[in-house]
Amino acid sequence: MTSINWARYASPASFFPLAGQLARWFGVAAAVLVVAGLWIGLVVAPTDAQQGEAYRIIFIHVPAAWMSMFLYAVMAGWCAVSLTLNARLSAMMAQALAPTGALFTVIALWSGSLWGRPAWGTYWAWDARMTSELILLFLYFGYMALRHAIDDPRRADRASAVLALVGVVNLPIIYFSVKWWNTLHQGASVSLTSAPKMAATMLAGMLVMAFAAWFYSIAVTLTRVRAVILERERRAAWVGQLAGAQ
Amino acid sequence: MSLAEYFAMGGNGFYVWGAFGMAALLIAVEIIAVRARLKAAREAARGEDDR
Repeated sequence: MTSINWARYASPASFFPLAGQLARWFGVAAAVLVVAGLWIGLVVAPTDAQQGEAYRIIFIHVPAAWMSMFLYAVMAGWCAVSLTLNARLSAMMAQALAPTGALFTVIALWSGSLWGRPAWGTYWAWDARMTSELILLFLYFGYMALRHAIDDPRRADRASAVLALVGVVNLPIIYFSVKWWNTLHQGASVSLTSAPKMAATMLAGMLVMAFAAWFYSIAVTLTRVRAVILERERRAAWVGQLAGAQ
Repeated sequence: MSLAEYFAMGGNGFYVWGAFGMAALLIAVEIIAVRARLKAAREAARGEDDR
């Protein structure tokens, strides 16, 4: 039996080709899942008795909103590792996750706004869930702006990691906002502790889209982290050789 | 149901396609941007190697 030395992949030089392989497979899986998810959500799933067709926005809105929070948690996790272990690659992973997290936050806010108009009669309200999700977007932007403002990458790693970790407090606020404040946004449609409050087809479509968003995030983040590795380790001897590698 | 009826989404076509369309657009832009960034980083790294 051969054992794999996982610690080896903590070095950017060995991680670079592995990330390329993984990105390709996760990208293919995401493409297959998004086709299946859109088919279920936009064709197979029946019209909602109360909301008509507008409810179909759920198939992009909920997966994007989940991913916006999940990616922040993962990003903050890598920030914690990079602060405590002073690991280069962890900071690069956090750096690579932020733009995709911000992207899903924008999609969640945009699709939610377009759903709010037919469902509630307004594109926007200063509801607790919406406001805390908007703050999440500002946290992503703040993290990226702070990184951008500091020239020394190692100092940028530390400063932006602290910001990301402080911002973690916003995640439970987003998640529990619909319970803590009784404002416009509806409660959770899916919970681990109770039966889902929706038809099986709708749930299936939403979960397939959620996995598509997850695999897409992995693929695009791994591709971005490869670029970040090359940008930051430019002067290391291995980079010139690996730059041409798939 | 006709194709036109399908795209009308019961009068909610603007909202449904606006939501999915923007998501598709942003994701397409991200894929193109990330690929371009990796390509540029590869070329820059090769340049350093030649010095």
